[in-house]
Amino acid sequence: MTAKRSSLRIPAEANTAAWFFLAPALILIGIFFFLPVAASLLLSVTDFDIYGIANPGNTRFVGIQNYSKLLHTPDFWNALKNTFYFAFVGGPLTIAVSMGAALLLNSKLVRFKGFFRTLYFTPFVTTLVAVAIVWRYLYHTRYGLFNYGLSKIGIAPIDWLGDPHWAMPAIILMAVWKSFGYNMLIFIAGLQAIPEELYDAAEIDGASGWRRFWSITLPMLAPTLVFISVITMIGYFQLFAEPYVMTQGGPLRSTTSVVLLMYEEGFRWWRMGYAAAIAFVLFVVILIATLLQFRLQKDHT
Amino acid sequence: MQSARQRQQMIRILLYALLIIGAVMAMLPMIWMVSASLMPSGEASTYPPHFFPSRPTLDHYRDLFIRLNLGRNLLNSAFVAFIVTFVSLLINSLAGYAFAKMRFKGRDRVFRILSAGLILPTQVAMLPLFLLLKQMHLINTYWGVIIPGLASIFGIFLVRQYALSIPDEMLDAARVDGASEFRIFRSIVVPGIMPILATLSIWTFLATWNDFMWPLIVLSDSSHYTLPVALANLTGEHVQDTELMMAGSVLTVIPVMVVFLFLQRYYMQGVMAGSVKG
Repeated sequence: MTAKRSSLRIPAEANTAAWFFLAPALILIGIFFFLPVAASLLLSVTDFDIYGIANPGNTRFVGIQNYSKLLHTPDFWNALKNTFYFAFVGGPLTIAVSMGAALLLNSKLVRFKGFFRTLYFTPFVTTLVAVAIVWRYLYHTRYGLFNYGLSKIGIAPIDWLGDPHWAMPAIILMAVWKSFGYNMLIFIAGLQAIPEELYDAAEIDGASGWRRFWSITLPMLAPTLVFISVITMIGYFQLFAEPYVMTQGGPLRSTTSVVLLMYEEGFRWWRMGYAAAIAFVLFVVILIATLLQFRLQKDHT
Repeated sequence: MQSARQRQQMIRILLYALLIIGAVMAMLPMIWMVSASLMPSGEASTYPPHFFPSRPTLDHYRDLFIRLNLGRNLLNSAFVAFIVTFVSLLINSLAGYAFAKMRFKGRDRVFRILSAGLILPTQVAMLPLFLLLKQMHLINTYWGVIIPGLASIFGIFLVRQYALSIPDEMLDAARVDGASEFRIFRSIVVPGIMPILATLSIWTFLATWNDFMWPLIVLSDSSHYTLPVALANLTGEHVQDTELMMAGSVLTVIPVMVVFLFLQRYYMQGVMAGSVKG
């Protein structure tokens, strides 16, 4: 195979052709992604603001001033805390629900799997802004269906989006609904890859359903679980549209996320140097979370 | 024996009950959205809540198109999503195939650099990208939304992964026969990677249609808004008008639902192969 490959000389045209094939993608990604990312780091050490937009000459180098200001601003810590809350409560909850749904749909006892799978997956493909608006009305204290349902079982109305303690849980519930179907599909693929013989052997040994889940299913799903945890966390750290549409970051800034703060600082108040520093902190947080999860996986196996 | 069967029957009933409860919860917000969009004004804000319209009406949809001119935004969204889908499909598949199958100097190094970009959240690029597009006079234009989406590292990855399975012998045989590289791409590679192109195009279309943050930043003129941005903007002025807002939500969601329901096989297969990220 290799001998054959090397015996066939690659003509110089092939090299040129390859770069020709790559050029559009590399130029676009270079100019519109890598260049801005690098520029973002530069921007974060300047005081680029509305005067800078009028005339970039008004911009000065300020060193790490934006970063130190950030660390001394309660609003930033609050946004970070909210984002962590969303990611570390919403993430595991989403994963648990998706795994439950995948186990249900993988059971040998049920039929119409394709039908249920499609229904469960549908929320994932919907437009986030549109469903966030729908949920805002479902959460309405007086007229919303949720509080009506709760009143039927004797629970007093909850001010879902108006109470600082409930606003984030409300957003988390919606996020779980919106995204569990995607993880569910990946879990189903993972479950289907587990060899049937393992379960047969366990059954002969008389292992109970729980026992089989803990000692076969879960360990065999570990790589899938890490993959899902990583992508779910990365996605959840980028929380933006839900609070933008449902709560505008309130009440009392209880749902202001890091990305929402970056958007407000950068694109509403045009403090772009400061906003770039926020974006970089977000990147570092995501990077650390990703590396941690891979490390956990490594320690575990 | 009988009791074991009965037990299994019980479990089956329990599983179905859970599945149906799950399905109801998954569908409830969507059903209520459609239902409320058909209610006469004010009916969605009554207590106890109505679930179905007493007298279904299309008034709110008429309102959206005639008074609020949302048809324009629908066209904007369609235009942006179609251009991004088609052009990015071509650009990403050319590059993905080149990385998978063509032999050239520096291939692995370039690919490694590109892969490193996958861990960068797109928000990190947004501020300078805005300034760059402003210099190019692309702010508040469709092209400002479209151009950054025309190539994606993730799309290139997906195509590369799939194209690796094309046998080298096939490509080399065509080369020996004197076929040009582009000819090979068109008549051997593209048919060979069709399934992944289907997955990628659905994924790109849905992601572009649903995208909110970048269009929100780039577009400032309401006649240029894509549907999600127009809808979010509408909540500011018409927040009390529940039925109208639901009609707007239906209008935004329906096109992606149609695309998804017709092509779900490709999309869900792509996800299950672990290849499509959310």
